[in-house]
Amino acid sequence: MADDQALLLEEQIPALRRYAFALVRDHDAADDLVQDCLERALSRWYLRRPEGDLRAWLFTILRNLYINAYRARKRRGVGTAIGDTHPSVAPEQEAGLQARDVLSAIDQLPEEQKSLLLLIGVENLSYEQAARVLAIPVGTVMSRLSRARQRLRTFMEDGCAPLLRRVK
Amino acid sequence: MTDQRNGPIGEDDLQAFIDDRLPEARRAQVETYLSEHPEIRGRVLLDHSYRDSLHTKLAGKFAEPIPPRLRIANIRSARRQSLYRRIQTIAAILAIFAAGVGSGWMAAYVLPPTAPLNTATVADNATTAFRTFVVEVAHPVEVAAAQEEHLLRWLSKRLGRPLIAPNLSKFGYQLIGGRLLSANEGAAAQLMYEDSSGQRLTIYVQAEQGSETAFRYWQAGDASTFAWIDRGFGFAVTARAPREQLLPIAETVYHALLNDSGDAQRSPKGQS
Repeated sequence: MADDQALLLEEQIPALRRYAFALVRDHDAADDLVQDCLERALSRWYLRRPEGDLRAWLFTILRNLYINAYRARKRRGVGTAIGDTHPSVAPEQEAGLQARDVLSAIDQLPEEQKSLLLLIGVENLSYEQAARVLAIPVGTVMSRLSRARQRLRTFMEDGCAPLLRRVK
Repeated sequence: MTDQRNGPIGEDDLQAFIDDRLPEARRAQVETYLSEHPEIRGRVLLDHSYRDSLHTKLAGKFAEPIPPRLRIANIRSARRQSLYRRIQTIAAILAIFAAGVGSGWMAAYVLPPTAPLNTATVADNATTAFRTFVVEVAHPVEVAAAQEEHLLRWLSKRLGRPLIAPNLSKFGYQLIGGRLLSANEGAAAQLMYEDSSGQRLTIYVQAEQGSETAFRYWQAGDASTFAWIDRGFGFAVTARAPREQLLPIAETVYHALLNDSGDAQRSPKGQS
């Protein structure tokens, strides 16, 4: 049984790393997040519904860890946060010179919209699965997805995205 | 959910079109619609291209080999090591507590014969543990609530039953942590809560044979306890609080632990 568990989990690692990287834009921080996610999955394995959806469950854990870490960092202050994310700044700027980088553009979106675009557009989760991961009603996934895409389009079309960011 | 749709094209059709998730027939309808509305077609194609390029940008990450530290075997062995260290430190506490268990077991025979034996055992063990640890200032708990996830994982493992920490914040109680105790047969777990005034409350769980019982109320000195047995486990909620104040808390705990085991339909039986 233990090896089934390892197999089931490891199958999901590439997708989890991709989602984590898109969220934090730093390779090490992304793997930290995935590692935390896997540890939690192992420790709560018995709490997962046996017939449940492993993929959606893992994405839910990872996203919640991300949100919690992000909130904690916010509370701690900005100083540490900037240091943590420095490595990702250079490639971002580089990419920005070539064309408007869609990866940087989604960084401008609120986390929920960003996650929707990633989970549905990249990870290919069903709308139902995405609703479960984000803990929102299935009925609102479409309208929120539509809004996210509209916002992304604005950032991509209207030039310098950071200027459009609301400073409130 | 998009499969059965008919009639006018909606925004949800367009989103599903962008995601390539429309059934063939509907897809054709949307294409016709888009050819009649070039402006909308423009933005839909743009959205589709962003979706594609997001996927392409991240493809490299997906293709990377899994780093060793994310291998499940490695994560497992790291967890095992930390658990082992913890068990060593617990051994001492187990030894100390063995005496308390002995007295609890005997008390079961001394307590009123009208009450079921098992509930009495649980209530008495819970009260003993309550008295022992609520007065602790330096180390009221073994693992603090900051490590709640670790705490519950560990206690669940030792109890042989998934354990959650019910949320008692509506009664003003916050989880401060918990500890593993020795019980008549095997392990027992104690979760400790505290309110803003420093009043403490404990939830005590131990494996206990016996059929299901209703809530039983026990009072020992100023400590009140509601105890019950449910499917091979005894539960007790103990606090220095009057019965009527403790009852709604015990009911909340009952429901929370019941939901945890996947059976939310039942309601608590009337208390004695």
